[in-house]
Amino acid sequence: MGILGTFQKFRNGLAKTRDSIVAKLDHAINAKSTIDAELLENLEEILLAGDVGVQTTALILDNIKRRVKEEKYESSHYLMVLLKDQVASLLHSNGNESDDVMKLPPTPRPHVIIVVGINGVGKTTTIGKLAYNYRNLGYKVVIGAADTFRAAANEQLEIWAKRAGVEMVQQARGSDPASVAFDALSSALAKNADILIIDTAGRLHTKTNLMEELKKIKRVLQKRLPGAPHEVLLVLDASTGQNGLQQARFFTDAVNVTGLVLTKLDGTAKGGIILAVNQELKIPVKYIGVGEQIDDLQPFDRKSFVDALFGSQDVSSEPVKG
Amino acid sequence: MFESLSQKLEITFKKLRGEGKISVNNVEESLREVRRTLLDADVNYKVAKQFIEDVQKRAVGQEVLNSITPGQLIVKIIHDEMVKLLGETKSDLVFSQTPPTVILIAGLQGSGKTTFAGKLANFLKSKGRLPLLVAADVHRPAAIDQLQMLGKQIDVPVYIDRDASALKIADDSVEYARKNIRDTIILDTAGRMHVDEEMMNEVAAIRDRVRPHEILFVVDAMTGQDAVNTAKAFHDRLNFDGVVLTKLDGDSRGGAALSIRSIVQKPIKFIGVGEKLDALELFYPDRIASRILGMGDIVTLVEKAQETFDQDKAVKLEEKLRKAQFTFEDFLDQLREIKKMGPLSQVVSMIPGMNKLPANANVDDKELVRIEAIIQSMTKEERLRPSVLNGSRRRRISIGSGTTVQEVNRLLKQFEEMQKMMKNISKNGARRALRGMSLPMR
Repeated sequence: MGILGTFQKFRNGLAKTRDSIVAKLDHAINAKSTIDAELLENLEEILLAGDVGVQTTALILDNIKRRVKEEKYESSHYLMVLLKDQVASLLHSNGNESDDVMKLPPTPRPHVIIVVGINGVGKTTTIGKLAYNYRNLGYKVVIGAADTFRAAANEQLEIWAKRAGVEMVQQARGSDPASVAFDALSSALAKNADILIIDTAGRLHTKTNLMEELKKIKRVLQKRLPGAPHEVLLVLDASTGQNGLQQARFFTDAVNVTGLVLTKLDGTAKGGIILAVNQELKIPVKYIGVGEQIDDLQPFDRKSFVDALFGSQDVSSEPVKG
Repeated sequence: MFESLSQKLEITFKKLRGEGKISVNNVEESLREVRRTLLDADVNYKVAKQFIEDVQKRAVGQEVLNSITPGQLIVKIIHDEMVKLLGETKSDLVFSQTPPTVILIAGLQGSGKTTFAGKLANFLKSKGRLPLLVAADVHRPAAIDQLQMLGKQIDVPVYIDRDASALKIADDSVEYARKNIRDTIILDTAGRMHVDEEMMNEVAAIRDRVRPHEILFVVDAMTGQDAVNTAKAFHDRLNFDGVVLTKLDGDSRGGAALSIRSIVQKPIKFIGVGEKLDALELFYPDRIASRILGMGDIVTLVEKAQETFDQDKAVKLEEKLRKAQFTFEDFLDQLREIKKMGPLSQVVSMIPGMNKLPANANVDDKELVRIEAIIQSMTKEERLRPSVLNGSRRRRISIGSGTTVQEVNRLLKQFEEMQKMMKNISKNGARRALRGMSLPMR
C-alpha cells in the first residue's frame, strides 16, 4: 500500500475519533450563538470523554476563557478556532515536528533505539513497522529480541523481522535481557548496521525489579557503545486513560524516554492523555499506530492530529511526510 | 490496586469528617471532589455523573441529617452505591450439564486474553476440571505458539490447527474435546478492534457456530473513557456473559470496572493481578468497593491468611508482640508465612490503611528474598539482640548475604521502626482491627 493508502487509514482512524467528539461540539456550537457557560461545559465533557483528563481539561478551558475575555471573542464559532489553537499549543510548545522524523544524523552508527511500555500496548508490532519503514529508507536494521519473558515473544518478533526483511538477534527464553541487548549491539556493530531496535518485555511501571532490569539494559548498552541508546520510545495504547501519564512518568524516570508512540488509533479511543504527557514531561509523540499491517505506522503530525481530533473539514491535503 | 482513588477519597472524607453537621452545600462540595476523583480514576464521565447524582440523592436525605457521624455515613453511602454499580453479587462461571462447556474469550488487542486463557485453564484444573485450551487466534504472529507454551507450563492440552480458519478450529475443538474427554473448552480468539467489521463478524460467527456457555470479555484495567464504547460494541455483537479485568496489579485506578459494569450490566467475573499463571482472582464487588474507599480488602486477606498461617506460631507471636519482644527470628518466621500468601504487593494492598502508603513505597518480592538472606547471615545472638551489630558485623552480614552494608543498615533501621510501630499498635488498640483479620493478634 502506498503512502496515500496509509494516509487514508490515518484519516479513517482519526475520523472515528473526530466524528464522536466533533458531532457533539458542532451540535453544541450550532445551538448557541455566543460562548457561554453551558457551551464551555459541553466542551469540558468532550475533552474529558477524550481522556484529556481533569487537570489538562481545566487548563485548556481556563486559557480559552481568558482569551474569550481578553480578545473579545463572542461568537461561538470562534470556539473551535480557540480550541484547536490551545490544544496545538500544548503539543507545539514541546517541539513536536514530524518533518523527517525517521531521517537519522550520519553518526553515530548504529543508532540504537529501545522500545519500552507496559504489557499489550503494541511494542512488538511497532518494532516490526519501524524496522520496515527504516529498511525502506535504505537503512540497515538489526532487531534485538530482549523480551525473554513472555511465551513466544521471540517467535512473534521473528515473524515481524521476516516481514520487514531485517535481521534479528535472539537468545533462549529466560535469558538475561541485558545480555541479549549486549549481543544484539555487538552484532549490529560487527555488521555495520545503521539502526538497532531493541524490543523489551512488557512490564507494569510499578514493578520495581522489572524497571531495574530495564535500567540494566540501558547501562549495558552504554558500556558497549557510549551514547547508546540514542532513542527510548515509550509505546502508549490510545485507549489508556489517566494511567498513561503515570506510565510515562515511571518509564521516563527509569530510562529517560525520548519519544512516544501512540498505538491503536484505528479504534474509537482518542489518546487524549498524550496532551497531559506532553504538558508535564515534554516528551514528543513521534509515531502513531493505525492498524495491524506493517505499513500502519505514521510519523506523528501535530497539525493533522489536532485537525482530525477536533475536526475541521479537512485533515490536510498533503500526505504525512515520512 | 485502586490506591490512588482511595487516597483522594480519603482527603474528601477528611473534609467531611471535620464538619459537625452535613448541609446541602458541604455535601455538594465533597461530591465535586468525588467526581473529580472518579474522573481521575477513569470512570466514564457519564457514569460518574450518574453516580454522583445517586449519592447526592441519598446523602442530602433525612438519614444523613439525623446521623451523629455524618462523615462515616457518607462514606457508607458512597460505598453502597459503588457496590451497587459494580454488581451486588459475585457471579460464578456457568457450566453445561452435558460436557464440554465452551468458554469463549474475546477482547481488544493487548488486553491480555491469551494470558487469561492460560490462567483460567490453570484455575479450572485446580478445581478438578479437565480444560482444553484452543488456539483460535490465527491473526497475531506467534499467538498459537504462546498459547502452546502456556499450556505446557500448566500441563493442559492445547488444540492447534495451523492451517484452519478460526471458525473451523473452534468448531473442530468441540469434537476433539469429546473424544479426548476434556470437559471445558477455553477458546482464545484474536484481539480485535470493535470497529473492525470483518473481525467482529469472525468472532460472531464462532459464537453462532459453537454456542458458548460462557462468553468473557477481557479488558485492560487501565482503559480510559473508551471502555464504555468497546464494551458496548462487543456486547452488542456477542452479548457476553461476563467481564475479565486485567492488569490490576498496576497502579491504574480501575475506573473502567465501574464504567463497564454500569453500561452493559454484566458482572465482572475475574481479575488478573500478575503475569504468573496463578495470578487470577475472582471478582468480589464489595471487596473492590471497599478497596476503592480505602477500607482495605479484609475478606480476601483473611481467607489467604487462614489458608496459610500457622496458628500455633501466630499465638506465640502475639505473645511476643504484646511484650515487645519481637526479634529478627520472629521477623524471619513472619516473613516466611507472608510469602506463602502470595506476591507481597497483593498482600499489602489488601491490608486496611496500607493503601495510604505513598505510591512510591514499593513492596517488592525480590526485596523479601534479600531481607531473608540478610537475616540468615546473622548469628543467633544478632537476631535476638540487633544492638550488638557493629560495623564489622554488618560488613560480614552484607558479604554473607550478597548484599551491601547500606542494605543491611536500611533493614536494621526499618526493623527498629517496625518495633516502634508494633508498640504503638498494641497501645492504640489497632489490635482490634487486626483481630478481625485472624492475623497473629487476638
